[in-house]
Amino acid sequence: MEVPDDLRYTSEHEWVRVEPDGTVTVGITDYAQSQLGDIVFVELPKAADEPEVTRDEPFAVVESVKAASDIYAPISGKVIEVNEELPDSPNTINEDPYGDGWLVRLQPKNVAEVEELMDSDAYEELISELGE
Amino acid sequence: MSAATGARRTPLCDEHVAAGARIVEFAGWAMPVQYGSILAEHRAVREAAGLFDVSHMGEVEIVGPRAEELCAKLFTNDARVLAPGRAQYSMIPTEDGGVVDDIIVYRLEHERFLVCVNASNAATDLAWIRERAIDGASIVDRSDETGLIAIQGPKAAAIVVRLAPALASLPRMGCTEAEVGGITLVAARTGYTGEDGFELFCPAERAVALWRLLVETGRDDGLALCGLGARDTLRIEAALPLYGHELGLDISPYEVRLGWAVKANRPGMVGYEALVRAAAGGATRRLIGLFVEGGIAREGAAVFTPGAPEAAGRVTSGTHSPTLGRPVAMALVDGKVAAATTAASANGAEAVLEVDVRGKRRRAVVTRLPFCVKRPAA
Repeated sequence: MEVPDDLRYTSEHEWVRVEPDGTVTVGITDYAQSQLGDIVFVELPKAADEPEVTRDEPFAVVESVKAASDIYAPISGKVIEVNEELPDSPNTINEDPYGDGWLVRLQPKNVAEVEELMDSDAYEELISELGE
Repeated sequence: MSAATGARRTPLCDEHVAAGARIVEFAGWAMPVQYGSILAEHRAVREAAGLFDVSHMGEVEIVGPRAEELCAKLFTNDARVLAPGRAQYSMIPTEDGGVVDDIIVYRLEHERFLVCVNASNAATDLAWIRERAIDGASIVDRSDETGLIAIQGPKAAAIVVRLAPALASLPRMGCTEAEVGGITLVAARTGYTGEDGFELFCPAERAVALWRLLVETGRDDGLALCGLGARDTLRIEAALPLYGHELGLDISPYEVRLGWAVKANRPGMVGYEALVRAAAGGATRRLIGLFVEGGIAREGAAVFTPGAPEAAGRVTSGTHSPTLGRPVAMALVDGKVAAATTAASANGAEAVLEVDVRGKRRRAVVTRLPFCVKRPAA
């Protein structure tokens, strides 16, 4: 299971990358996509509305053949961009969860929240406890 | 395997684990839900062939001079018209016209019937049949000693026939004793995917040998190992009912388009009066097909006529259709609502309902069942 060491993670299996311009990219982890299986439907917020998301509250839905899964905001902030390609090719999340399968970019409300997230070692320990 | 410790294991369980399957508990059994991608497994069955372990299903033999009479008493379809070597879809009805289980009845010999039942209902069915036994018909549970492997898809017949040429002439819904790769078994041209194919009832101790032989023989044809996940998407596309979803103690066969499998012409049949009444009264609910927009409606989702506050029914099965690339659902809805949508369709209009998908009302267009029409046999 791939767990890049330059990302931060939540216990709900989202990842966060701090970009050079201070914005934050959010996706779901390799572990999450493998647990979900074939992803066939993605519902994202509308970037044009620049909606606020609140830490630990659901802001998107990812559905696989088997189940629907809420995606929780890892930090609070404003949605400045969404991955427009995903609704047409949701299985990109399966194929490239840390790359082309990203979900949204956020303008963080409080950068310190990122520091509170798990690092790769802590996340790796979490998924090894969960099994598979 | 962590998800399924303590569950019963089919004779093929080690094969599934070795092949990298994800194992889940289903009806008390440790079963493969998928080996890799459900979508890829599904596609293999529609375009080439897929191999399923369905050994968790139950097998009950009813044997003896009055075996036919017992089948006629306990099952909705008329086993008396079944010739040896033929199979029929049937149901076990209750006195009040509900359904204990849906089954396939195979008439192996004139006085010997094999009844294949759902894993989740196997114990109930066996007790039900035994409680209503008659002299001259013995009831034998063959479940533990029987392995069951299904091979389904347009290339299934070519693969099986390479191992057993005599099976080429076995008709749809036919069954026969056969030898496949030196293994004596009962082969039936039945299945649960909407495709051509075979179900092979083999001795449990030969299941691994048969499985490996089929895997090897079908390799170049694109035969894929398939789990319960693909089995479910395939059967929903084909609008095949699943007990606990489209069938149950409180659902009449007439409500779910299965009236054709009820031959209520036998006053001695369990549920006779209730089923005759149900047939005459018209269905108060009706199973319909929906293309849901903007999400997948899962089982239990409420169905509405647009704008109406009260639900008109509920989704019985819903998934993403891999073949059509869109969400589909079957729903049991009020008969009047179903009739209105049928009338709209007949006039060339789009019949639209709404489905509650995770708290949001989504548009759902009524469509004919099955969702995917069986392609003509090649």
